[in-house]
Amino acid sequence: MKEQLLKIYHGFGLPRLIIAGFLLLLIIIAAGTDLSVPGLLSDALVRIGQNGIYVLAMVPSIQAGVGLNFGLPVGVICGIVGALVAMEFSMLGFGGFLVAVLIAIPLAVGAGFLYALLLNRVTGQEMMVGTYVGFSVVAGMCIFWLLAPFRNPAMIWPVGGQGLRTTLTLADTFGGVLNNFLAFEIFGLTVPTGLLLFYGLMLFLVWLFFKTKAGVAMEVVGRNPRFAAASGLSLNKYRTLGIIMSTVLAAIGYVTYAQSFGFVQLYNGPLMTAFPAVAGVLIGGASTREAKVRHAVLGVVLFQTLLTVAMPVTNQLIEGNISEIARVVVSNGMILYALTRATGGEQA
Amino acid sequence: MNQVKRLVARNAVPLLFAVVCLLGVYFAKMPGQFLLMEIVNRVARNSFLVLSLIIPVAAGMGLNFGIVLGALAGQIALILATHWEWAGTGGFLLTALMATPLAVLFGFLAGTLLNKAKGREMITGMVMGFFANGLYQFVFLFLVGTLIPFDNPRLRISTGPGLRNTIDLFRLKGALDGLWQIQAGLFVRIPVVTFLVIAALAVAIWAFFRTKLGQEFRAIGQDRHIAGVAGINVDRNRILAIIFSTVLAAWGQLIFLQNIGTLNTYNSHEQVGTFAIAALLIGGASVTKATIAQALTGTLLFHLLFAVSPRAGQTIFGSAQVGEYFRVFVAYGIIAISLALHAWQTRSAAKARLEEDASA
Repeated sequence: MKEQLLKIYHGFGLPRLIIAGFLLLLIIIAAGTDLSVPGLLSDALVRIGQNGIYVLAMVPSIQAGVGLNFGLPVGVICGIVGALVAMEFSMLGFGGFLVAVLIAIPLAVGAGFLYALLLNRVTGQEMMVGTYVGFSVVAGMCIFWLLAPFRNPAMIWPVGGQGLRTTLTLADTFGGVLNNFLAFEIFGLTVPTGLLLFYGLMLFLVWLFFKTKAGVAMEVVGRNPRFAAASGLSLNKYRTLGIIMSTVLAAIGYVTYAQSFGFVQLYNGPLMTAFPAVAGVLIGGASTREAKVRHAVLGVVLFQTLLTVAMPVTNQLIEGNISEIARVVVSNGMILYALTRATGGEQA
Repeated sequence: MNQVKRLVARNAVPLLFAVVCLLGVYFAKMPGQFLLMEIVNRVARNSFLVLSLIIPVAAGMGLNFGIVLGALAGQIALILATHWEWAGTGGFLLTALMATPLAVLFGFLAGTLLNKAKGREMITGMVMGFFANGLYQFVFLFLVGTLIPFDNPRLRISTGPGLRNTIDLFRLKGALDGLWQIQAGLFVRIPVVTFLVIAALAVAIWAFFRTKLGQEFRAIGQDRHIAGVAGINVDRNRILAIIFSTVLAAWGQLIFLQNIGTLNTYNSHEQVGTFAIAALLIGGASVTKATIAQALTGTLLFHLLFAVSPRAGQTIFGSAQVGEYFRVFVAYGIIAISLALHAWQTRSAAKARLEEDASA
C-alpha cells in the first residue's frame, strides 16, 4: 500500500501536488463565499478545452528534441488566416469552423516547414530564435492585416474601406459551434461536450502518432540524438516533422480557441500566446527534454483551473483583478524553474 | 579596393540600415529642424541604456534581456522620489543614488539565476524580465495601499489599492537635460550635460576593459572553461557583469524618464530590453561582440528609423500605422536574424572543428 502510494506520488510529482492542494483550498474557500462552485468549474472546463491544443502543441516539438516551441505564433497566425477566410465568405456554423481548419492546416504545414529549415540550422538556440521569430511574424503580420484584401464590411474599419479591425466577433459566423454541440448541464455544471470531444480527438491523434514507428523514431531522436544518428535515423527529418506537427496543432488550436472565445484578436493579440502554453506543459510535469501527452493534459487542467478559480476567489478577498498578474507570475516562474534546472545539454 | 570591400562586409548591417533610414528620411519629407530635434532628443535619452548592454556581451553572457530589472529599480526609486517630492538636479542625483542599491540587489539575484542557466542566458534573462514585471505589478497594483501603507493622493488610485497608471514627474523633468542646453536653430536644443554623461560612460567602459577585472571578463567571454582553468572565478565575475549592467540600466532608465517627464507606471519598462538590444544590433554588434561605437551608431540609426517610419508609411502606403508596425517589425526581426546568424555560425564553427579533429 505504502509503496503504491509512493509510486503515485513520484509519478505525480511534488509541484503538481502543491498546485492541486492549493486548488482544492481555493475551491473550499469558494464554497464558503457566495460564489457558485459549479459555475467556476464550468468556466474552467471551457478554458481547458480552449487552451488544451496549444499546450498539446508543445509535445511533438519537445519529443523531437527541439525543446519548448516558443515560436507558437507562427502556427497561430495560420489559424487566424484560416478563420479570417471563412469569415470573409460568411461561412456559418460547423462549415465555417471546418473551412477555417482546412485552410489553416496546409498553411501551417508550409510555415512549419520553413520554420523547421531555420531551426535545424540553429540547434541549441531554438528557444531564443523561436521566440523572436514568433514576435517578428506577429509584428510583420500587423502590416498584412492593414493591407490585406479583405472586403467583408463586418471585418474592416468602417472608414477608409481597408484594414482589418482589432477585434472581430465570431457571434454571427461560427462562434461557439464546438462549445454548444451536445452541451448539457449536470448539478449546475455546464459541460461543453463538443469542445472537449474535439480536444480529446486531438489528444488521441497525437498519442496514436507516438505509438507508430515514426513517433517512436522521433522520440529516439529527441532523447538521444547521437544514438539516433548512429542507428541511421535522419535527425533533421524527424525534427522537421516535430516542428510541423507543433505548428499545425497551434493553427488548429487557434481556430478552436477563437470559436470558444467568440472573437478573433488581430495585431498584437497573438504576441504572447506561446508563454502560457509553455508554462502549461511544464506545470504538467514535462521538462525541456521530455513531454508526454499526459503532461499536456495534466498541465492544462491544473493551470487553467487555477487561473479561473483563483480570480473570483481572490476578488472576494482583495479588490482588483489579479488574474492577469497571477498568470504572468505563475507561468514565467514555472518557465524560469524549468530553464534553471540542471539538464544535460546546453540548450537555449 | 580590397580594403573597401572588407570595410563594407564588416559593417554590412549598419550600412544597410543607413540606406533604409535615408530612404525613410526621403519619403517622410519631414522638416529638417523637426527631424533633427527628434533625433537629438531620442539619442540623448536612449544611448545610456544601450551602452549598459556592452559589459555582459564581453563577458560571454549574450544580450542582457534582463536590463528590464534595472529599469524597474530605477522606476521604484522614481516612485519614492515623487512621493517625497524630490526636485531638480539634486533630487535627480539622490534618486539615482537610491536606485543603485536596489539595482545591485536585482543584478545579484539575476546573475545568480543566470549562473544556473549557462548557455541559455538570453532566454532565461527574457523570461526573468517578464517574471519581475509580474512581481512589480503585484507590488504596485495590489500590495501598495493594502499591505503597504501608502497614502499619497497624487500617486494612488482613489477607488482602490495600487498606484496610478501614469505619474507626472514634473519635479524631475529635465533635471539633467535642462542643466545646460545649447539652442541650435528654432527648435533644436542640445542637452549638453546629458551628452557629457553618455560620453563619460563610454570612456568609463573603455577604461574598464583595460583594468584587470575587465580583462578577466574578456577572458571569460572568449572561453569560460579555459578562464576557469586559468584561475579566474567565473561565476563571481559573471554575477558582477550582470550587476554592472543592471545598475547602468537603472541610471539609463532615469535619464530616459527625466527626458519624457511622465512615468507609465505599468509599462514604461516593458520594451526597454527589446528596443535597446535592437539598437545595439543595428549598430553591427552581435551576441558575442559589441563595441561602444556600435552602440552609439546603432542608437542613432534605430531612432532615426523610429522617427521617420510613421511619416514614411503615410507617403508610401497612405497609412502611418503601417510605418509604426514596420518599426516594431524591424526591432523584432533584427533580433531574430542576429540570434539565428549567431547560432548558425557557432554551429558551423563547431562542425569545422570536429572535421578538423577527424582529419588530423
